[in-house]
Amino acid sequence: MDFSIASILTLDGVTNGAIYALLAMATVLLFAVTRVIFIPQGEFVAFGALTLAILQTNQVPGTVWLLLIMTAVATLLEVVHGIRRGAPAARWLKAAAQTAAYPVAISLLTIWAAPQGFPLWVQALLTLALVTPFGSLVYRLAYESLADATVLVLLIVSVGVHFALTGLALLFFGAEGFRNPSFWDERFSIGALTLSGQAVIIFLASAALIVMLFLFFERSLYGKALRATAVNRLGARLMGISSTNAGRLSFTMAAFIGALSGLLIGPTTTIFYDSGFLIGLKGFVAAVFAGLSSYPLAAVGALGVGVLEAFGSFWASAFKEVIVFTSILPVLLWRSLRDPHSDEE
Amino acid sequence: MNARQMVLAGVAALLALLPIAGVPEFWITQLNYIGLFAIVALGLVLLTGVSGLTSFGQAAFVGLGAYTSAYLSTAHGVSPWLTILVALVITVAVALALASITLRMSGHYLPLATMAWGLSLYYTMSNMEFLGKYDGILGVPAMEFFGISLASGRSYFYLIWVVALLAAVAVIHLLDSRTGRAIRALKGGVTMAEAMGISTYSYKVLVFVLAAILACVSGWLFAHFQRTVNPSPFAISKGIEYLFMAVLGGVGNVWGAFVGAGLVKLLEDQLQVLLPKLFGGSGNYEIIVFGIVLVVVLKYAPQGLWPFVEKLAGRWLPAQRRVRDWADAAQLEERSKPTPGELLLDVQAVRKQFGGLVAVNDVSFTIRAGEIIGLIGPNGAGKSTTFNLITGVLPLTAGNVTFRGEKVGGLASREIARRGMSRTFQHVKMLPEMTVLENVALGGYLRSHAGVVKAMLRLDRDEERRLFKEAERQLERIGMKDQMHELAGNLALGPARLMEIARALCTDPALLLLDEPAAGLRHKEKQALSTVLRQLKAEGLSILLVEHDMDFVMNLTDRITVMEFGTKLIEGTPEEVQASPAVRAAYLGTEH
Repeated sequence: MDFSIASILTLDGVTNGAIYALLAMATVLLFAVTRVIFIPQGEFVAFGALTLAILQTNQVPGTVWLLLIMTAVATLLEVVHGIRRGAPAARWLKAAAQTAAYPVAISLLTIWAAPQGFPLWVQALLTLALVTPFGSLVYRLAYESLADATVLVLLIVSVGVHFALTGLALLFFGAEGFRNPSFWDERFSIGALTLSGQAVIIFLASAALIVMLFLFFERSLYGKALRATAVNRLGARLMGISSTNAGRLSFTMAAFIGALSGLLIGPTTTIFYDSGFLIGLKGFVAAVFAGLSSYPLAAVGALGVGVLEAFGSFWASAFKEVIVFTSILPVLLWRSLRDPHSDEE
Repeated sequence: MNARQMVLAGVAALLALLPIAGVPEFWITQLNYIGLFAIVALGLVLLTGVSGLTSFGQAAFVGLGAYTSAYLSTAHGVSPWLTILVALVITVAVALALASITLRMSGHYLPLATMAWGLSLYYTMSNMEFLGKYDGILGVPAMEFFGISLASGRSYFYLIWVVALLAAVAVIHLLDSRTGRAIRALKGGVTMAEAMGISTYSYKVLVFVLAAILACVSGWLFAHFQRTVNPSPFAISKGIEYLFMAVLGGVGNVWGAFVGAGLVKLLEDQLQVLLPKLFGGSGNYEIIVFGIVLVVVLKYAPQGLWPFVEKLAGRWLPAQRRVRDWADAAQLEERSKPTPGELLLDVQAVRKQFGGLVAVNDVSFTIRAGEIIGLIGPNGAGKSTTFNLITGVLPLTAGNVTFRGEKVGGLASREIARRGMSRTFQHVKMLPEMTVLENVALGGYLRSHAGVVKAMLRLDRDEERRLFKEAERQLERIGMKDQMHELAGNLALGPARLMEIARALCTDPALLLLDEPAAGLRHKEKQALSTVLRQLKAEGLSILLVEHDMDFVMNLTDRITVMEFGTKLIEGTPEEVQASPAVRAAYLGTEH
C-alpha cells in the first residue's frame, strides 16, 4: 500500500464515517432522552433510500401505505384511549385529528406528486417529509406506554421493532435492491485524490446537521427541554416538560436523521430492504465508543469506524464486517477499564 | 414425590412413548426442533428472566457448538461424544471473554457486545474456506450410543429430550439453592447482594457462561440431527428469535422456555405458508408478526404465557410449599465473637465529597463490643452516607475505618460483610418473588459453600437444611416464624424491615448496622423490636442504629452520635444528648 491508496481509503472511510456519525448521534440522542437503545435506527436509512428510489421510477412508494396503516392504528388507539378514560368526544376527536393530519396530508401529496416526475431534489425533500413522521409513530406504538420500563425491556422492544420494520420493509419495498443517482456528478481532483460531488454533499450535509443539532440543544427552549429530560425525567416532568412529547420529538428527529442518511448513502451503495440494519449498527458501534452519552466522541468514533471499514475492505474484503464489529470488543474493554461503574436501578 | 413431580414424570413418560406410538414423522421432527430450541431458550430464562441480563448472540453460541462438532467429525473423524468437549471449551472461553469485558459496566453493554459478536461469527463462518463458506459442511455423521445408531429422527428424539429435560431439571435445582438465590439476587440490585457477601460480577459472568453452554449443547445436537450445517440458522435474527421464544413463553420460568419454543416453532411453520400466500411474493414475512407480538407481549403480559398455564394448573395442583425437613439439621458454624468491651469499630475522620459538596465531613466515633450506638440527626445530616462509607457501599474520599483491629476502609462491601459486619437498608431491599425464608437464607450465603454443580446434582441438600434451619431460627428470634412461607413481596413495610434484620442476623454478624429499623412499625412492633435488640445486645452483639423515633433511640442506646450538615455535633449518653442545647438547636432551630 502506498500513500495514494491510503489517502483514497481514508477519504472513502471518512465519507462513510460522516454518515455513521449522523446515525451515532441519533442513537445517543434517543438513549439520553428516552433510555431506548434504538436498534432499528438503520431501518429509517433503508426507508429513506428506497422511498427516493421508487419515487425516481415515478411510482408511489410503499412508504405511503405503511405510513397510512401506522397512522390509522395510532389514531385508533388515541380514540380507544380517549373513550376508555371517559374524556369528552371533542378532546379525543381533536387528538385523533392531530395524529392523523400530517401523515395523511403528506401521503396525499406524495400520491399526487409521484407520477409528475419532479426533479431529484424535490423528490428528496418529499422523501424526508414522508419518512420523518415514522419516528413519532414508532414511538407511540411501541414505546410510549412502556416509557418507565427498564432499559432491558426497552432494548428487547427495540429488537421487536427491528423485526417488524424489516419485515414490513420487505412487504412494502420488495426484495429488489436500488442504487440512487448522485445528487451532484461533479468530480474534483486534488493530486491523486478524486473527490466526488456526492462526497462533498455528504460532508456538507453532515456538518450542517451537526451544527444544527448543536444550536438546537444549546440555544432553543425545546432543545433545553430535551436535555432536561435526558438528565432527569421526573424532574423535567415536574417543571412542566412532557416526557411523552420529549420522546416523540426525539424519535421524530431520529427518523429525520435516518432518512437523511439514507438519501446520502443511497448513491454510494446498493440498498436492500434489510441493508439498514448493518449500516445502523455501525453508527451504533460509534455510539458505544462514546458510552452512549457524548456527541463529540460519537462523531470521532464514527469516523474511526468508517476508516476501519475502508481499510478492512481493502485488506480482507470478505472480513470487513467481522473487523468492524469485532472492533467493538476492544472499545468495550477500554470503556470498562476507564469507567467501570455498574448501574443500580 | 409431590403432585408437580408426578406431572413432570407423566409428561416425560408420555414423551418417551410418542416415537413408538406411531406418531407421524412430521411431528417427531417438530418436537425435535422444539427440544433443541427450548434448550437455548432455557439459557435465556436464566439470563433474562432470573438475572435481568440479556443476549442477542445465543444463536452464535449454537453455531459455535454446531460448527465445531461438524468440522471435527467430518474433517478429522472425531467422535461426536468428544467434539462436544472441544465445543464447550471454546464456548466457555468466548463467553468468559465477552462477559469479563462488558459486565463490569451497565447491563446494556452485554447485549450490544453479543450482537456484535453474533454478527462477527456469522460473517466468519460464511467466509472461511475450511468451513465451507455459505454452503457450510455437508455429510456430518450421525451419532451412535453404545452401538445403537441415532440416525433416525425417532431415535434422536430420545437424545434431544433427555438432554432438554435434564437441563430443565438441573436449572430448577440450581435456582433452588445457595447459588440460585445469589443469582436471583442480581435482579434486586447490586447493593443488597454485595452487602450479603455476593460477588455480583462473578455471578453475572457465571449465568452468561451457563446460558452459552446450553446454547452450545443445542448446537452440537443440531449438527448431528440435521447432518449438515450452514451459517443461516446462526444469524443474528435467529438470536433475536430465541429471545422471542423466552419472552413469549415466560422469561421468569423454566417451563416458559418450552412453551415459548413450542409456540414459536409451530407459529413459524404456519406463518411461512400463510403469509406469502396472503401477501404474494416470498420472503420471511413471519418476522413482522414476531416483532409485533414481542412488543405486545412485553406491554400486556411481561411475564409471558407461562403464568396463565400456571394459573390453570393451579386449579388441580396445590401450590408447592417447602417441606420443613431441617428439624434435625446441624447448626452452621459461627465466627468467634469479640469479648465485651473490646474496641470493635473505629471510624476515623471519614470524609465523603460529591464534587464540591461535602456530605460527610471528617466524622469520627467508636463502637465497643456489646454496645448499642445511635446515630441521629436532622434530614440530610449525612447519616445514611456515613452508613454507606462504613459498610463500603460508597468509597471514602478520606479517613479510615478499622473493624476488629483490621483496616476495612476502601474494601468492597462484600469483603466487609465477610469480616462480620451486616446491615439493613433504609429502603427495604428484598427479593419479592422469593419466600421470607429464602430471603433470610440469603444472609447465610457466606456461611455456606455449595457451588453450581453440587446444586444441579442436589448434592447440597445437607448444607441447605442447615441454612434453612438457621434462617428459621433467626425468623423465630424476631417473631416472624409464622410468615416464613409467605412471599416476601406480600409483606407490609414493618414485617419487611424485620425480615431484613433476620437476614442480617443470618450472616452471623459481630456488628449489626440498622438503617431506620423502626420506621413503619406499629407501637407494639416497636416494643417487640426493642426487646429483640436488647436481647441481641445481651448475647454480645453490637449495634449501630440510625433512627428518627427518639423514644426508641433514647431507651435503647448506650451512646449517641449526633450529626448535622455532615459534621459530628456531639457524642454522649442519651441523657447528655437530650440536655444539649446544640442538639435542640439543630432539630428545632434557635431564636435570634
